[in-house]
Amino acid sequence: MTAMTDTDTPVPMAADAAPPVPRSAMRTLYWSVRRELWENRAIWIAPVAAAGVVMFGFLLALARLPARFPAPRPGHHAVTMPPPEAPYAFAAAVILVTAAITGLFYCLGALGAERRDRSILFWKSLPVSDTVTVASKLVVPMVVLTAVTYATIVATFSLILGLSAAAAAVSGSPNAAALTHVDLVRMLLDLAYFGITAAIWYLPLWGWCLLIGGWARRAAFLWAVGVPIALTVVERIAFDTGFVAHAIGARLLGGVDQSFYEAPHPKGTWGEPHPDLAGFLASPGLWIGLAVGAVLVAAAIWQRRYRDPV
Amino acid sequence: MACIEARGLRKRYGATMALDGIDLAVEPGRILGLIGPNGAGKSTALKAILGLTPFEGELTVLGRNPWAERDALMLDVAFIADVAVLPRWLRVADALDYVAGVHPRFDRARAEAFLARTTIKRRSRVRELSKGMVAQLHLALVMAIDARLLVLDEPTLGLDLLYRKQFYDTLLNDYFDHSRTIVVTTHQVEEVQHVLTDLMFIDRGRIVLGCSMDDFEARYLELTTTPANADAARALKPIHERQLLGRSAFLFDGVDRERLAPLGEVRTPSIADLFVAVIGGAQPDRNAA
Repeated sequence: MTAMTDTDTPVPMAADAAPPVPRSAMRTLYWSVRRELWENRAIWIAPVAAAGVVMFGFLLALARLPARFPAPRPGHHAVTMPPPEAPYAFAAAVILVTAAITGLFYCLGALGAERRDRSILFWKSLPVSDTVTVASKLVVPMVVLTAVTYATIVATFSLILGLSAAAAAVSGSPNAAALTHVDLVRMLLDLAYFGITAAIWYLPLWGWCLLIGGWARRAAFLWAVGVPIALTVVERIAFDTGFVAHAIGARLLGGVDQSFYEAPHPKGTWGEPHPDLAGFLASPGLWIGLAVGAVLVAAAIWQRRYRDPV
Repeated sequence: MACIEARGLRKRYGATMALDGIDLAVEPGRILGLIGPNGAGKSTALKAILGLTPFEGELTVLGRNPWAERDALMLDVAFIADVAVLPRWLRVADALDYVAGVHPRFDRARAEAFLARTTIKRRSRVRELSKGMVAQLHLALVMAIDARLLVLDEPTLGLDLLYRKQFYDTLLNDYFDHSRTIVVTTHQVEEVQHVLTDLMFIDRGRIVLGCSMDDFEARYLELTTTPANADAARALKPIHERQLLGRSAFLFDGVDRERLAPLGEVRTPSIADLFVAVIGGAQPDRNAA
């Protein structure tokens, strides 16, 4: 049966005369990322908060610096002292771990929240493809979070250095002065390199969390963690092998092994990692990870497109 | 070219046929009301039209396959699902920025002008707005998009009478201009009766009635009689009969007004009355139209 065909006076469509409107995928992506940051303010608040906690602790440490670092006696030079890089490395570690957790939880929620609040119907009413949408949710942990974290670390390091120098000048403590004897540029370059390689190395992790977060109706975290654990258990019981566990372990902990090589410190106590881009690019783990990550991201795009929005 | 054209449109969810062979052609410049009981397939039909779900059969919207080309189609199609879908964390100003950023046919000044007539503040988040204000905001966003097809799925759900009235008034006065097409589903049929140009009843995945409102007014008449004239009215084969306050109301399809007038009071029925007649008490093999 056909209906609705009885137009007395066909009206010309306005858009027939309208000029073609330019569209830019980059512009759409840019606004999609902006929209992610409006919704997920933790992306920049969490690393900054972690830095705040670190700096608070550091300020307390500076206040009791003379007691903590007694003046060196001849013959005991620097033996009991931690290396001057230690406070910097610790601050960076705290901020990086916070950022990683923030990124994982962001990815787990990124494709599920819009289904739970039905706002997916609003987003899908606009000319933004599923590919650009998922891409924007990948850009957030890989690019935005990496950049925010790095900027936070730069600011934190500068503060530690500046405060140490000030403390040294005020108290005359050579120990405070020791904290300024670091190669800040070198540390920051290494960290920049680490941040970029880690963002890429963990692509399968971002992809997995995006996929599971979009797929699971609830308890996305349990699914994301439970499925790999279940696979590990089944493999161990059925075949008495540990390939899954090994692969997951190598992915979670292996990134630094691939992107840095550790040269023995000239003084022999402190193994010094050096960036090793050639080694990173040559490691099969990188490319296997990129392939697996691409499949997971494609699956995340597929499920946003194919699953009924509500 | 029809704005929406479907031939043998089907959608299956497991064993259930949500759409069971829909044929329709909606011409530009029409305002089509898609009316049906819950679970009739209205929302599924709209989802297919909007490219939100794959389907079987043929369907083109503005010359495109909606499933294959959703994001391109959305340049020309605007869509309000119901008042609840604007995300609660979104700020009004950010919503304007975002839509302006991703939609090349969005006229920000127009949206600002609509918002200026409301009490909505730019700094407010959606969760701070009342339901009616959220609807106003969504309407302001959508009406600032120079779309050729506007799809409204229960757009006034949960709004009070004043907001509902204002919603349709704004839509007609400030948006609809005969080059656009509007498809609306609603349960509040009384409020859209004078808005629609076309009417379609859908039930169990099938179209059970489709006509223009001009045809509707020409074809269907409601006769209210005293019990004395009831048998004479029944002889003219009404499609529906109901009792009200000791009088009988009969619904006729294609019976001349002159033959009914002597029996009592004759008027154009409401869409709701026809809906009850066509879908309400019918048997499984019902087929109207």
